[in-house]
Order: sequence, then C-alpha cells, then structure tokens
Amino acid sequence: MALVLSEDQQLLKDSAKSFCEQNAPVSVLRGLRDSKDEQGYDQAIWSQMLELGWAGMAIPEAYGGFDFGYGGLGVVLEETGKTLVSSPLISTVLVGATAIVQLGNETQKQDLLPKIVAGELLIALALDEHTNHNPSKIATTATKVDGGYSLNGSKTFVLDGHIANVLIVVARTSGETDSERGISLFLVDANAEGLNVARTIMVDSRNSSNIQFNNVVVAEDALLGELDQGFNGLDSVLDIARIGIAAEMLGSMQAVFESILEFLKQREQFGVLIGSFQGLQHRAAEMYSEIELCKSAVRAALAGLDDPDTTLAERAELASMTKAKLSEVFFLVSNEGIQMHGGIGMTDEFDVGFFIKRARVAQQFLGDASFHRDRYATLNGF
Amino acid sequence: MQSQQEFRNETRIWLEQNCPESMRTSMVQEEVVWGGRNAEFANPDSETWLQRMAQKGWTCPSWPAEYGGGGLDKDQAIVLGEELARINARPALTSFGISMLGPVLLEYGNHQQKAEHIPKIVRGEIRWCQGYSEPGSGSDLASLSTKAELQGDNYLINGSKVWTSYADKADWIFCLVRTDFDVPKHSGISFILFDMASEGISTKPIQLISGSSPFCETFFDDVKAPARNLIGRLNEGWSIAKRLLQHERTMISGFGLSAGQSDNGGTTSTISSLEGTAMHYRGDTKKLSDPVLRDQIARFKIDADAFAHTSRRSVEESKQGPNATSSMLKNYGCELNKRRYELMLQAIGSQGLGWEGEGFSDEELQLTREWLRSKANSIEGGTSEVQLNIIAKRVLGLPDILSLARK
Ligand SMILES: Cc1cc2nc3c(=O)[nH]c(=O)nc-3n(C[C@H](O)[C@H](O)[C@H](O)COP(=O)(O)OP(=O)(O)OC[C@H]3O[C@@H](n4cnc5c(N)ncnc54)[C@H](O)[C@@H]3O)c2cc1C
Ligand SMILES: Cc1cc2nc3c(=O)[nH]c(=O)nc-3n(C[C@H](O)[C@H](O)[C@H](O)COP(=O)(O)OP(=O)(O)OC[C@H]3O[C@@H](n4cnc5c(N)ncnc54)[C@H](O)[C@@H]3O)c2cc1C
Repeated sequence: MALVLSEDQQLLKDSAKSFCEQNAPVSVLRGLRDSKDEQGYDQAIWSQMLELGWAGMAIPEAYGGFDFGYGGLGVVLEETGKTLVSSPLISTVLVGATAIVQLGNETQKQDLLPKIVAGELLIALALDEHTNHNPSKIATTATKVDGGYSLNGSKTFVLDGHIANVLIVVARTSGETDSERGISLFLVDANAEGLNVARTIMVDSRNSSNIQFNNVVVAEDALLGELDQGFNGLDSVLDIARIGIAAEMLGSMQAVFESILEFLKQREQFGVLIGSFQGLQHRAAEMYSEIELCKSAVRAALAGLDDPDTTLAERAELASMTKAKLSEVFFLVSNEGIQMHGGIGMTDEFDVGFFIKRARVAQQFLGDASFHRDRYATLNGF
Repeated sequence: MQSQQEFRNETRIWLEQNCPESMRTSMVQEEVVWGGRNAEFANPDSETWLQRMAQKGWTCPSWPAEYGGGGLDKDQAIVLGEELARINARPALTSFGISMLGPVLLEYGNHQQKAEHIPKIVRGEIRWCQGYSEPGSGSDLASLSTKAELQGDNYLINGSKVWTSYADKADWIFCLVRTDFDVPKHSGISFILFDMASEGISTKPIQLISGSSPFCETFFDDVKAPARNLIGRLNEGWSIAKRLLQHERTMISGFGLSAGQSDNGGTTSTISSLEGTAMHYRGDTKKLSDPVLRDQIARFKIDADAFAHTSRRSVEESKQGPNATSSMLKNYGCELNKRRYELMLQAIGSQGLGWEGEGFSDEELQLTREWLRSKANSIEGGTSEVQLNIIAKRVLGLPDILSLARK
C-alpha cells in the first residue's frame, strides 16, 4: 500500500490545484451565496470539471470512465476542498456513481454511468431521516404494488437533492425501523409524481434539501442492488464516500492552516510578529502534526480502496478511522483558524468563516467523529 | 538483481530456520539484549539469535556490508522488518550504538573510525552510552560546559554529565565537549568517543520514580581521550549532535507504534491489547461496558493507526534519513505511548496500582512500573516542548523568539 502519490496522481493533483486556484477560488462560492443562486453551483465551472474528466475518474473504462481509481478522485477532492468548490462532484460522482458501480446491474451501469461521465445526469442519495447519521434506522417504506413499489416517507440532509435528475432512495421493504435487514435501494426519477423536494439553505452555502415521498411509484427495475439485503452494499458505498469526503476535508484544513501560518508571519503586535509567541507556536506545531496524521490516514484509506485485496471489513475500519480523525482535526483547525486571526477571523469578508461553516457540515455528513469512533470500536470487537 | 519477492522468500526461509522458538514471543524487560563486554543473556536462545543475526549483519540491516552491516537497500530493509514482525521476532540486539551513534558515525566518521567501531556495534560487542545532558544544560544543550583540552595526542576531559542512561553498564561513551569557550555556544562544541574504562571516570546511579535506576551522574576528572577519536572537525560537533538527536527521536517515536517490539520506552509485552484487557478485567464479552473508556480507547487506537501510517509514510518519503519531521514523530509517538499507559491503568483498575508483593501478578506489577517509566518519553531525547519549538521554527518557518531576544 503506497502512502506517497504516484507520478500520475501527483500530476493530476497539480493540475487540479491550478484549476481550482484559477477558476474556482472561494470567491465563487461567496458569489453563489450572495446572489442566492438557484442552482447552488456554477454550471460553467462544472462543465470545465467534466472536460477535465473528473466525473469519470473512478468509473471503469467499460462504462465510459477513466479508471483512475479513488486515489485519483481523492487528490481531486483534496484540491477542491482547498477552495471549497461547490459542485455535484460529491453527490453525483463520489456517492452516486460509486453506488451504481458497486450495486448496479449491467443495464443500470450501461445506462447511467456514461451519462454521469458526460455530465448529463446528476444524482443525489436520499438516506438520512434524522438529525444524526444512522444508515440502518430507516422508516421510509417501499411497499410492493402492482408492477413495482410505492415509496412513502421523508428524507433530510439530501445533498444536491434539488438539482438531481435521479435520486437513490434508501427505503425499508421489510423489518423493524432499526434493523439492517429489510433495507433496499431504489433509483427514482426526480420528477416522479408524489415527490416533494424542498431546498434547505445550509450554513456552508452548499446544496441540500428535505424530500418527501407520498406514494411515489417506481417500476420493478428501479431496484438498485438486492431486495431487503441492501444494507451491506449501501454501507460499503458509504465507506468509499466517507473516505472521499475526508479527502476533501484534508484539503480544506490545509487551506485554513496555510492561512494561519501566513497571518502569523505577517501580523505584528507588541512590536514583533505574533508568530514568535510560543503560545501560538506550540498550537501551530500541534495542528501541523495532526494534519500530517490526517494526510497519512487519507492516503492509506484511498490506497486501501484501490487495492483489490482490501476486504469490506478492512475498508470499513479505514473509513471510520479516517472520518473520525478528520472530523476531529478539522474541528480543531477551523476553530483555530478563527481564533488565531483575531478580530479579522470573525469578519465575513475574510474567507476563514466559509471554512468553519463547511467544516461542521462535512463533519456531520455520513457520520461525525463519535458515530465513527463507536463504529470503529464495534468493528474491532469492543 | 534479486527481485523483492525472491528476497522475501529467502528471508522467510532463513528466519524459519534460524529464529529460535522462544525468540518469537513478545519481549520481556529482563531479556532485552544490550550486548557489550559484559553482555548478559537471561535467555540462552538470545545469544544464539544475536550471533546468527549479527553474522548476516541484520542487527543493522541497511548499514554497509563493508563494516559488517546487512547492506540491504531501503525496500529490502522494509521487507526484512515485515518478515521479522510476521513471526513476532524479538529484536536480536538493542543498543544506542545501533539507534544513535552508528548512523552518524557512518555519515561523519573517517574510514578508520568506522572500521574500528561499526562492526562492534553490529555484533553487539561494545555497549555505548550518550554523554549529552549536564546539570546546567538540559533543553539548552548547546550551553554545555564539560571541557576538553588538547594535550599531546590526547584530549584531557573534565566536567560532568547527568541522566546518562546506563553509564554504569556501558563500555564506551559518545560525548559532547566544549573545545572553545570564546565563541558563540554552538560553535565551540566537539563530538568525541572514549572508553568508559579510562582512568578518571566515575558514575553514580540515580533512581527513577519507577523504582529502577537506569541512569547516572557521570563525572570526568582528567580523563584522557585519544585525539583520533574526535568525530568530524574540531568545534563542529553541534551539527553531528543534532543529527544524532534526529536518529534518537526517530527511535523514541517508535514507542508510539505498537506494543511488544520496542524496549527502552518501557513498552513490552504486558500491554498488548488495551480493549481486550479492559474487557477481560470487567468480565465483558461482546462490548466494553464502560462507554467513556470505550470511546477513549477507540480514539487512542484511531490516533495510533494514523500515526503508524504517518511513520510508514515518512519512511517512504525520506531519502536522506530522518529530518525535522522526526521531531513531529517523536512528540506524537511519546504522547501516544503515555496515553496508552494511562488507558491501560484505567483498563485494569486497582490491579494496576500495586507496587510489590502479593495480590498482583508479575505483569500487573510490571505495568505499573512501565506506566511510570513512560512519563520520561516526553523528556528524554529532548522534551515535547522542545520538539514543538523545533517544528515551529524548522518546519513551519515561524520566527524564533530566542533569536529575537538575543538581538
Ligand atoms: C465581535 C467583536 C466585537 C468587538 N468589539 C469591540 C469594541 O466594541 N471595541 C473595541 O475597541 N474593540 C472591539 N473588538 C476588537 C477586539 O478587542 C480585538 O479583535 C482583539 O483585541 C484582538 O485584536 P486583533 O483582532 O487585532 O487580533 P491580534 O491582536 O492581531 O491577535 C491575533 C492572534 O494573535 C494572538 N496574540 C496576540 N498577541 C499575543 C501574545 N502576546 N501572546 C500570544 N498570542 C497573542 C491573539 O490571541 C490572536 O489569536 C471586537 C472584536 C470582535 C471580534
Ligand atoms: C529516562 C531518561 C533518560 C535519559 N537519558 C539520557 C542519556 O542517556 N543521555 C543524556 O545526555 N541525557 C539523557 N536524558 C536527559 C534528557 O535529555 C533531558 O532530561 C532533557 O533534555 C531535558 O532537560 P532537563 O531535564 O534539564 O529539563 P529542562 O531543560 O530544565 O526543562 C524543564 C522544563 O522546561 C521546559 N523548557 C525548557 N526549555 C524550553 C523552551 N525553550 N521552551 C519551552 N519549554 C522549555 C522543558 O520542556 C521542561 O518541561 C535522559 C532523561 C530521562 C528522563
């Protein structure tokens, strides 16, 4: 398992870095927020990202992708994290495409994956139903009806729900609300009757929504993966997504830390640079160490995803280790990002505020640190 | 060129044939092999194991074969490490010669010095101690004042060192001495080696809070050290001293890695599985019943995982051996090791609080002592605060308050 980037990955990372710096700086997100943009992302930038091939990064060549692996998608996400790029990359590419690659049948893959690569299709995962992530606690039901299923229930924190063409809906086809058995996944057309999408304006200025299902009928072949046995597949897709989101968080925390260092080397008080105060130096040194650990965790987890010998249990452990660690450290770094900038850190004009807002959303998304520590302990048998 | 796979196969076979059974168990404190003129082998298999490993140079796998080392490249050394770990092999030899002196001698020593000292380190024939700290010079090591004056073919050494680990057991010392008092403190230091059996040396053991007395006060009274034992150039010992500290820190950072393999930081076999131990002492079977401890152990293990990956990444990234990131690894590894012992004490409750005698198993008593010993991890080899200073200055490029103060 290589913990250093390959030459190809490094080239990709460099090109993603310059793209994000030049074409998609934080000011783009600020603009989307201030103009209350309907879409919540910049279509022109997304088109350029598609041209760069980012949507097909982890999709096999057989389905129009570039087979560059999660190591490739990971370095792209790290760079988009540095400038907080708001795009369908996470909902559609990291989560959506992964779900279809992992769980879809041949027809579904042939049909959907090339469209994702071409940018003709946006996907959203409708999973959470409560204030805290809990993928087995599913009350939304899918009941067998003539020729298909009827969906009822409500979902929250659905990333890109209001712009998606297709939703992947996690529903209960049998069993108790808390049970891992009886969960099934469905591909649902976003325009289906009985479906009500309400965009939610989130603190990080990215797209999210609440969705209600009132007798939304889907055909038999809308089932993604196995009936009643969807949980394990779902969880392994979520593990990939957790690692991907951690890669994005890694980029974001590095950006905050760079900004801190720059400020410490430029701001003078008491007649000296504030970076000479040991009270700040030691905190910076500790943050540096924690970020180095985060980098290693993310690299190890991404390498694990691309290694065919990694078992699902190992992947789960890597995912929970990484998401727990990154959530904790991003919490620390985003808080210090404000504190160490003094009054300036509190101003909207300064970008660090965007990062602390993103931090909390990314921490929550697909399980926060305590969710993943608990899961890690369970996976390790204690 | 032999392929990596071939090397792995050969190594595996060799280890199968040559590593004695009893050497495939976790190390216990009393059986650690330090070598030296008065080497002790509490377990006779250790002697066999040492001889076989030394023969191949595998006590120092990547040192040049010319001086008795294993001559392995970086990848082969990693493979050897993995194969040793696979069978849970004990380190055949533990010494400051291997972890500290050897690497700098190879880098700064002349041919004669290397030929004289390196093979003896590889074979464990000479045991070394480190003469750095002095009563007035701890964190501010460069202020040291032990004096060396050239007299004919010898340096005459006067002064004292403190906290010298195993000075009473070591055969030779690598020592920092002041050879010029009239220049800025970093510019008058030299790095010299001498025999601890020389006339004029006395040592006085100091007892630790853990009850053992592994270190000493060390006094030099007109000790004669041959001038040819000066490493590098006169008055240029500080860069060698710092380089050695990087190696030492890398070694100490290993305490944070895993239980069972390292042996100087107080980390040995008693403390293998934190969560398993915690559950065992509570009679839990499926899930650790103390939710707070469970969360703390999970957090610890996650940090330890991420640290192990970092340590591996730094090996993959480093081409010229350790660098300033050794301070980060040292600091983090030590803090992890201290956390591990605190959690272990919590895991076994009042059974971890015995000092001696009846009512406690040997392992429990050893754990208590090791917990106390682990507190030194963030002091020895440069304190945690000093490591954070180094990271701030050397890695992050933050301004140095001390040099601002001097201006
Ligand atoms: C919401 C808000 C309301 C405010 N209201 C008022 C008001 O009504 N009236 C008013 O006059 N001011 C007000 N302030 C300003 C506030 O008092 C200053 O922001 C504060 O004193 C910090 O100064 P600074 O922003 O210049 O940060 P800096 O002094 O530049 O500090 C930057 C960072 O360096 C650290 N630092 C600085 N010196 C040292 C040192 N010696 N050792 C260690 N660390 C150090 C700081 O702790 C901080 O983390 C307000 C600020 C805010 C955010
Ligand atoms: C078990 C053990 C084994 C050892 N073995 C050896 C050995 O074999 N050979 C050898 O030479 N030495 C050895 N040492 C000594 C060790 O290197 C010193 O103890 C260490 O460098 C600290 O020096 P000091 O004890 O004088 O503490 P001091 O330097 O007096 O430090 C006291 C406190 O002040 C802090 N401090 C000091 N300077 C700063 C600063 N600039 N910024 C912030 N905080 C600061 C320190 O971090 C510490 O918390 C050993 C020590 C121990 C505990």
